[in-house]
Amino acid sequence: MREKNISLSSRHLLGLQGVPREDIQLLLDTATTFREVLERPIKKVPTLQGKTIVNLFYENSTRTRISFELAQKRLSADTVNFSTSTSSTKKGETFKDTVRNIEAMKVDMIVVRHESAGVPLYLTKISKANIINAGDGLHEHPTQGLLDMYSIREKLGTLEGLKVCIVGDIGHSRVALSNIHGLLTMGAKVSVCGPLTMIPVGIENLGVKIYTDINKAIAENDVLNVLRIQLERNAGQSIPSTREYHNYFGVTSERIEKNNKNILILHPGPINRGVEITSEVADGPYQVILDQVTNGVAIRMAVLYLLGTMH
Amino acid sequence: MEIKAKIIDDEGLQRTVTRLTHEILEKNKGSKNLIIIGMRTRGEFLANRIHEKIKEIDNIDLNLGFLDVTLYRDDFRTRLKQPEVSITDITFDVTEKDIILIDDVLYTGRTVRAALDALMDLGRPNTIQLCVLVDRGHREMPIKADFVGKNIPTSINEEVKVKLKEIDGEDAVYLVDSSKV
Repeated sequence: MREKNISLSSRHLLGLQGVPREDIQLLLDTATTFREVLERPIKKVPTLQGKTIVNLFYENSTRTRISFELAQKRLSADTVNFSTSTSSTKKGETFKDTVRNIEAMKVDMIVVRHESAGVPLYLTKISKANIINAGDGLHEHPTQGLLDMYSIREKLGTLEGLKVCIVGDIGHSRVALSNIHGLLTMGAKVSVCGPLTMIPVGIENLGVKIYTDINKAIAENDVLNVLRIQLERNAGQSIPSTREYHNYFGVTSERIEKNNKNILILHPGPINRGVEITSEVADGPYQVILDQVTNGVAIRMAVLYLLGTMH
Repeated sequence: MEIKAKIIDDEGLQRTVTRLTHEILEKNKGSKNLIIIGMRTRGEFLANRIHEKIKEIDNIDLNLGFLDVTLYRDDFRTRLKQPEVSITDITFDVTEKDIILIDDVLYTGRTVRAALDALMDLGRPNTIQLCVLVDRGHREMPIKADFVGKNIPTSINEEVKVKLKEIDGEDAVYLVDSSKV
């Protein structure tokens, strides 16, 4: 009768590569509903009552972990947090054993972040729970990709035909890869910009344009998604110094004013102020950085809802 | 599905909506503290119409909102289909107000139960009054409507289909046999 039969085509969210357009559309549309819930005085709905979700974080995270946890609590799920520093991993327990033990306690969903690519996929083979990738190595970070797309769509109304450039350390970025796959599926024109040492060889095979001039990238695009220079992932080996990187590729208000005042600036955080982006831009009128964080909770609620109520 | 009877026709439906509006105003002694909330999908259009009628009668533009109860349903675990969620659009405060909650058909009472929970999460209204176009019986919850367009005794194998111009192209209520597909 009134319900349309709409579900995601997979019971896990491992990445945005290969996710059909209808699924991404459904996730973005569902997130709009949850944005409304976040504006209420009581920011909680009973939808996932009785579902147990484990947040399995093998790598540090502020935004993503808090965002997932809030999303779970706002859907009334029961959540358990796991982080390596306080767990038996320190005692030498293997990943598989840890997961088997957690699974034995009857959990419905697992949100996983791990420094190795492919861990979420491996989890789907050893666990019956719904698996959500919260970032695996240099592979993907699908919920970040979704919230970036949601934020762009919220501001500009559509993704179809938009020109989006991802700036920075593309090779060390799972955010970049999720953005590229998702945006291409939704009909956007995607490019990357950065020193060639930071751009993976063969990335143009994905259908992505390469810029080496930041001024040109700003001038020719509608959206700039500025990535963090990840010094903890050895970004220092690709550039002589962060100062030199800033001089050549930093997003500054002078460059925006000169080339394209209408550009929309995104940054997945955490920000290295004065390196990839100046404070002026990061706090200025072109950016939606904190909107991205708010939208992140709505997107994660949508993912949890659509996977958690699936049969 | 086989249509067994047309229970309310176009003209009848207009009259019913007019009567319901007058009943609401009579019981509440005017429209001063009222707000109108329609339940998606068809309650939304009925709410629009009642809101319009009150504007005609009392010359007042009441707050009008729309409620989607999908997130409050109790049948996520038992249904085979995953329902679509749409947006709840209630941008005003409901605290201390008299809410007229409007839906098309009252059946098991489970949707209304979900709506009550959803409304309580938005504030503490003074009263919540339920207005439905059709009450078809077979309640599974202790819920009763304050304003009823028409009581239609049905069997479980029957279904009541409300058609509204806004989405169905006509105004009518049909009784259909759902056992014959």
